[in-house]
Amino acid sequence: MSEKVGVYICHCGTNIAKTVDVEEVALWAGEQDHVDVAREYKFMCSSLGQELIEEDIKEKGLTKIVVASCSPHMHEKTFRTACVRGGLNPFMFEMANIREHDSWTTDDREAATLKAKALTKAAIERVIHNQPLEPLPVEINPNTLVVGGGIAGISAALELAEAGNHVYLVEREPSIGGHMAQLDKTFPTLDCSACILTPKMVDVGQHPNITLLTYSEVEAVGGYLGNFDVTVRKKARYVDEEHCTGCGICIEKCPYKVVDNVFEAGLGARKVIYRPFPQAVPKYPVIDTENCVYFQRGKCKACQIFCPTDPNSIDFEQQDEILQIVVGNIILATGFDLFDVSQIPQYGYGRLANVFTSLEFERMVNASGPTDGKIVLRDLETPPESVVIIHCVGSRDENYHKYCSKVCCMYSLKFAHLIHERLPEAEVYNCYIDMRTPGKGYEEFYNRLLEEGTHFIRGKVAEVSDVARIEEEEGKLIVQVADTLISKQRRIPVDMVILSPAMEARNDSQEVSQLFRMGCDFDGFFVERHPKLDPVATMTEGIYIAGACQGPKDVPDTVSQGAAAAARVASFISRGTVMMEPIRASINQELCSGCRICNTMCPYNAIVFHEDSNVSEVITALCQGCGTCVAACPSGIITGAHFTNDQLLAQIEGILWDVRSNLDLVPVE
Amino acid sequence: MNKQFEPVIVGFLCNWCSYRAADLAGTARIHYAPNMRPIRVMCSGRVDPQFVLKALREGADGVMIAGCHPGECHYVEGNIKTLRRFILLKKMLAQLGIEDERVQLIWASASEGIILAEAVNRMTEQIRALGPLNWQEKVLGGGNGHGHPAVIEPAQEAEEVLYD
Repeated sequence: MSEKVGVYICHCGTNIAKTVDVEEVALWAGEQDHVDVAREYKFMCSSLGQELIEEDIKEKGLTKIVVASCSPHMHEKTFRTACVRGGLNPFMFEMANIREHDSWTTDDREAATLKAKALTKAAIERVIHNQPLEPLPVEINPNTLVVGGGIAGISAALELAEAGNHVYLVEREPSIGGHMAQLDKTFPTLDCSACILTPKMVDVGQHPNITLLTYSEVEAVGGYLGNFDVTVRKKARYVDEEHCTGCGICIEKCPYKVVDNVFEAGLGARKVIYRPFPQAVPKYPVIDTENCVYFQRGKCKACQIFCPTDPNSIDFEQQDEILQIVVGNIILATGFDLFDVSQIPQYGYGRLANVFTSLEFERMVNASGPTDGKIVLRDLETPPESVVIIHCVGSRDENYHKYCSKVCCMYSLKFAHLIHERLPEAEVYNCYIDMRTPGKGYEEFYNRLLEEGTHFIRGKVAEVSDVARIEEEEGKLIVQVADTLISKQRRIPVDMVILSPAMEARNDSQEVSQLFRMGCDFDGFFVERHPKLDPVATMTEGIYIAGACQGPKDVPDTVSQGAAAAARVASFISRGTVMMEPIRASINQELCSGCRICNTMCPYNAIVFHEDSNVSEVITALCQGCGTCVAACPSGIITGAHFTNDQLLAQIEGILWDVRSNLDLVPVE
Repeated sequence: MNKQFEPVIVGFLCNWCSYRAADLAGTARIHYAPNMRPIRVMCSGRVDPQFVLKALREGADGVMIAGCHPGECHYVEGNIKTLRRFILLKKMLAQLGIEDERVQLIWASASEGIILAEAVNRMTEQIRALGPLNWQEKVLGGGNGHGHPAVIEPAQEAEEVLYD
């Protein structure tokens, strides 16, 4: 059959035309075999550009279309739809990426034009072998898994549950709430964090559409969009959730206390059977077996003895439970870690007692925290007379994290305000590199602090030490800083130093990204599908991200992302079925030799071997279209739809059109 | 003055990581050698060794295969299959007298535009230093057309051994 190919070269304004001689490529394309029409146009993706394709298909009877423009990840769908409107199967279309892969990567006009021709020629040669394909319908399981019970996960879960969809919310810690539950006030409104968060936590705990799995972790994920098979390990709490009333008598009676390094950031203590904080959801306590005397030495059982429920709720024999759940979509909201400030020894954390981290200070100023909201030094008695707050600890620093953590300026200002409020006599210094307060009401909050009398020093702190040079420095922490606004080195003697550390990716973000088969960036944050236009989707269909696992952000941004991810999932659920690209493998049953090499190639176990007929077969519903089996088949009888050998070999010939003509080769195929 | 030799490299880029790394390199306007001509495959595991041989035979001076980092494959472990195949293919290419630098396997995640660009630059320079491949003379020994089938079959035999 003779093909009539239409080739359209896009200028993309000047994005392509500045480096690639678009007219030349279009003229040249017109001379290629099978090409019926070749045009260049300012913006192929515009309505007029698309209409050009549609009209040509109808008027000239084109059978195949090539557009040389941007990445197929930008506009493949646009042009496929235009082909459909013109009356062609969407797979009769091919795209040559002459923008991202060509014009934007060089200033060499001659080389860029040659490369554009090669990419266009490859697309022309390939498209001739394209076959019509029909999209595959995939049913979407209406249940959703949300991983992480911080404010991002809570927002996403509530949005979906309110819309009538079932949600499994998995949280690693014994309670949901995340970092926000540890905070005292939120900037810039100074809302009490717990007061605005706990109602949402209660909603999650009581919602009939939410299955809350706390103290649980996802162990394995199989399947794909619409049907993920998820294995969750629900760790043993040693407390029977069915009978426990959450009265807390066991906690009261437990005779052992340990330092709480998680919720109280090491400043306070908790019992060995504990609930992370009073408003925890769910209310059930958990036994910390590493420190429990019964688990370590076989004695005590105080919690069980005093438990008033019948039957007794303390169950020392409880085992981890493995749950299998099936969900259609997954939202990851796994949050962040704080940079370990002891990595910067010159700031003295861990060596100088009165150097605190921001999280320690949050717990300290919190009315329900270890000091009942009193701002005191490490002796837990003396209020400081002067405090330095150091911004950008580990952020905007070539040695640690190059990025800005976005929230530290604002919470450092909040700390300054809280110190003024509780200790009106105290001197407060904020040492910052640049003051970054973009956000609604944020700059106004900064202005308020300027009026409250905070000393702002623009400069990076070199060192915090306890070595006094003059009498006033005796017994103080001395902060050495270059004040760049007055061009002077300053030594500020103070009682307390607060470090505002970088927000960084969770230390296990790499493993989590592998578990869910999506990507991490250099810093360990999860990668969104598009940084501007698709910030909550990932490269993997059906997996979404929300909150600080995607990058540092504050509470309002996190809540927005949680809701946005939920909206994306809800749209899939309400559609019920989505059409997937029919890029799937199939085995020619007549020619299969039954060698079973392909069987071991498939990561999805989508290839079954029929013992009776001695042939292998691909289960289309399980196949994800990677093509690994296609490449492995020694007989070459597995076809990878839309990536067939014919298409790829033709593409190779096309892409080498200029060097190929120099060779005097006998054709092999 | 002679114009310097511009090698032609065919790149097989996986749809999820490396193709997007190349997209990102472009979006970020990272300039790199225009010598690599990319072909998109869904997974580096789709790269049949015969594609590499085909490209070399058709006049490419080098072939780059680029996939997701091990452990990050969109299809779980397609890239590991690629790696196994690649090691075997390289042994065969060495026997044909094809220099090591001409066929390379690299890993570039979707956020690593710079890594992909640097790999292209490095490979371009390496192959520029080697000069043109001249498949005709190097592999066929003068262009009489002998040995085409013989080139294809060892690859397939080799695969059978590997995946047995």
